[in-house]
Amino acid sequence: MNSSHYLIDSGRRNRRFLTQTEQQEEQESLSHIEGDMLQVISLEGKINAQLEPKLSVEDLKKLYKTMVLTRVLDTKCMNMQRQGRIGFYVPCAGQEAAQIGSAFAATAEDWIVPTYRDQGVALIRGLDLRKLIAHLMGNSSDSMMGKQMPNHWGFSEIHFMSVASPIAAQLPVATGIAMSMKLKKKDTIVLAYHGDGATSEGDFHAAYNFAGVYKAPVIFICENNGWAISVPVARQTAAATLAIKAEAYGFDGVRVDGNDILAVYKATKLAIDRARSGGGPTMIECLTYRMGPHSTSDDPTKYRTKEEIEFWKKRDPIERFKNYLELRGVWNQDFENKARTVVDEEINRAIEEEEKIPPPETSSIFKDVYAEEPASLREQEKEELSYESSSKE
Amino acid sequence: MPTINIVQAVNQALKEEMRRDDRIVVLGEDVGRDGGVFRATEGLYDEFGPDRVMDTPLAESGIIGTAIGMAIYGLNPVPEIQFLDFIYPAFDQIVTNLAKLRYRSGGQYSCHLVVRAPYGGGIKGGHYHSQSSEAYFTHTAGLKVVIPSSPYDTKGLLLSSLRDPDPIIFLEPKRIYRAVKGEIPEGEFTVPIGKARIAREGRDVSILAYGAMLHVAMDAAEAAKKNGVEADVVDLRTLVPLDIDAILSSVQKTGRVIIVHEAPRTSGFGAEISAQIAERAIEYLKGPILRVTGYDTPFPYTLEEYYLPSVPKVLKAIEKLMQY
Ligand SMILES: Cc1ncc(C[n+]2csc(CCOP(=O)(O)OP(=O)(O)O)c2C)c(N)n1
Ligand SMILES: [Mg+2]
Repeated sequence: MNSSHYLIDSGRRNRRFLTQTEQQEEQESLSHIEGDMLQVISLEGKINAQLEPKLSVEDLKKLYKTMVLTRVLDTKCMNMQRQGRIGFYVPCAGQEAAQIGSAFAATAEDWIVPTYRDQGVALIRGLDLRKLIAHLMGNSSDSMMGKQMPNHWGFSEIHFMSVASPIAAQLPVATGIAMSMKLKKKDTIVLAYHGDGATSEGDFHAAYNFAGVYKAPVIFICENNGWAISVPVARQTAAATLAIKAEAYGFDGVRVDGNDILAVYKATKLAIDRARSGGGPTMIECLTYRMGPHSTSDDPTKYRTKEEIEFWKKRDPIERFKNYLELRGVWNQDFENKARTVVDEEINRAIEEEEKIPPPETSSIFKDVYAEEPASLREQEKEELSYESSSKE
Repeated sequence: MPTINIVQAVNQALKEEMRRDDRIVVLGEDVGRDGGVFRATEGLYDEFGPDRVMDTPLAESGIIGTAIGMAIYGLNPVPEIQFLDFIYPAFDQIVTNLAKLRYRSGGQYSCHLVVRAPYGGGIKGGHYHSQSSEAYFTHTAGLKVVIPSSPYDTKGLLLSSLRDPDPIIFLEPKRIYRAVKGEIPEGEFTVPIGKARIAREGRDVSILAYGAMLHVAMDAAEAAKKNGVEADVVDLRTLVPLDIDAILSSVQKTGRVIIVHEAPRTSGFGAEISAQIAERAIEYLKGPILRVTGYDTPFPYTLEEYYLPSVPKVLKAIEKLMQY
């Protein structure tokens, strides 16, 4: 039996056509969760034993702790931005299951092509917390050398590609990395992350089309969090689901409950196994929700309702997993307390250390434009340094 | 006279012209219910409804491409690109269709529309929320490029742009969206496209600038006064068409030129101005034409204040020229 049969078709059966009238807009953004999707742990905490992945207790604990770490860090960072200790932040609260569940299915040799909202992915891949915080501060130990604004990371040590702001620009690149893996006969794969809004860009089309044509070992993880800043997903496309888009490119698209970490893991694992054995790409649409603002520059009360926020609070991915772990006898209050204490300490220590690190030196502006600094830039560097020395006089 | 800021000037111009001209449609990402990420389109959705204020899917090629189609078929679309840094997915539409439609069809077709986009640094936006890429557009024949520096000019130039027969790239200096306030007259007024403004008169040195850099130039001019130097400051207001006459008459008066822009130096618009001055008025020059600009690097995050032109940098250029 084809182990990937769960992946097939779940988007296609959902042919609920969304109207676009103004009265129904609120309704639409709420209802993007309804319909046919892969679920392992139901809202009521029931387990679909047929789909339940076989993970060790150690793995389950690791997943849970990383979810908590991601959430606590998120809250801290939002506060630090308000206090002016970091310049900007893009929160990921609500999307931990989609990020951590999918990335956990990959190996350390697989590559990640993330977005600005994928801190959970970096953390489950074992990124040193200090590296993440150094980047948010843009100090001289930032891997990006303070060149990019917060959340525009890239960490080669965990094969986590560098991020650019323009939406969907990473996707053809992800396909290209996967094509190269295939040409070089590696058995590694690429996990390429993108949002619901990204599905509207031309680069989405190019990436998916090439992936299909060349059977590239890439798995597209679409984090459908319902919103692209203020635009609900129902205004992004007239298609019934995002997952059905994959069909037109000749590969499977599957919808999973993106707030159910085991469902996300299960689907991604199947897709990865298939890609590794030459079966080509898969799209996984994770239905989830951005619980916070788009970024620290955004005020979501302008465009979404309290009811909607409440609706999704009840679907918090961490709560869902906790209920499951409790049923399995893995979680208890003592475990929770210990996990939170460790996480708090780890984060506080990392922040304290990184706040002591000075900003990058001025001459760093001129480095890494080219492999070697050309004479013209050396001249400009000298010019800049001369301003500094004359202002000290 | 009421005092408003630059975002409010954009908003007023759009609102008032939409009342007068029902062919105007505003389209873009988050421009509708949210009122735009900088609030430039606030209130338009409520007044004019979803047919004239469209929250589009997230696709700049779609936004500009469909706007071109709407313009061809008699509407007056005003697409907003959320940050100029995100215009590149639409670059093909702009260069291939927007700029060339009139020429390639021998004048049978044309498409007038105004592409609005906030541009420039100084807001801690890193590479992709800070760029000044005006030169890509000034280098594309068929486009006009307008960059205001004050609320008065923003409203007046935007109204002129909305009534112009040609495609216009209208760049709004987001760093001073709220910081620069100014009085505007009640009622309708326009500022002509292609006319520079003498922002300050002086006999010693001409400082040519536009957008947010105009204010750096003005502050430097004030500071230079302490050393007895009187600067003539020219606010270009439109890069294409360029008011070369205003530039030349300033240069003929002072014989010294400093060009300030935040875009990278190499192939920046300052190079074009410098060439035109050299071609037409070299005999008036008492020293080299100097440029104070962003460096030839991507726009940095942590160190952006070092990257951007500043008052001390302009002062140093003035000093150098005066001693030449
Ligand atoms: C090409 C481009 N256009 C516009 C923007 C401005 N912008 C930043 S995030 C965003 C919404 C993205 O939505 P989605 O793809 O759903 O990802 P999410 O932010 O929800 O994770 C927009 C419009 C951008 N970054 N890039
Ligand atoms: Mg989204």
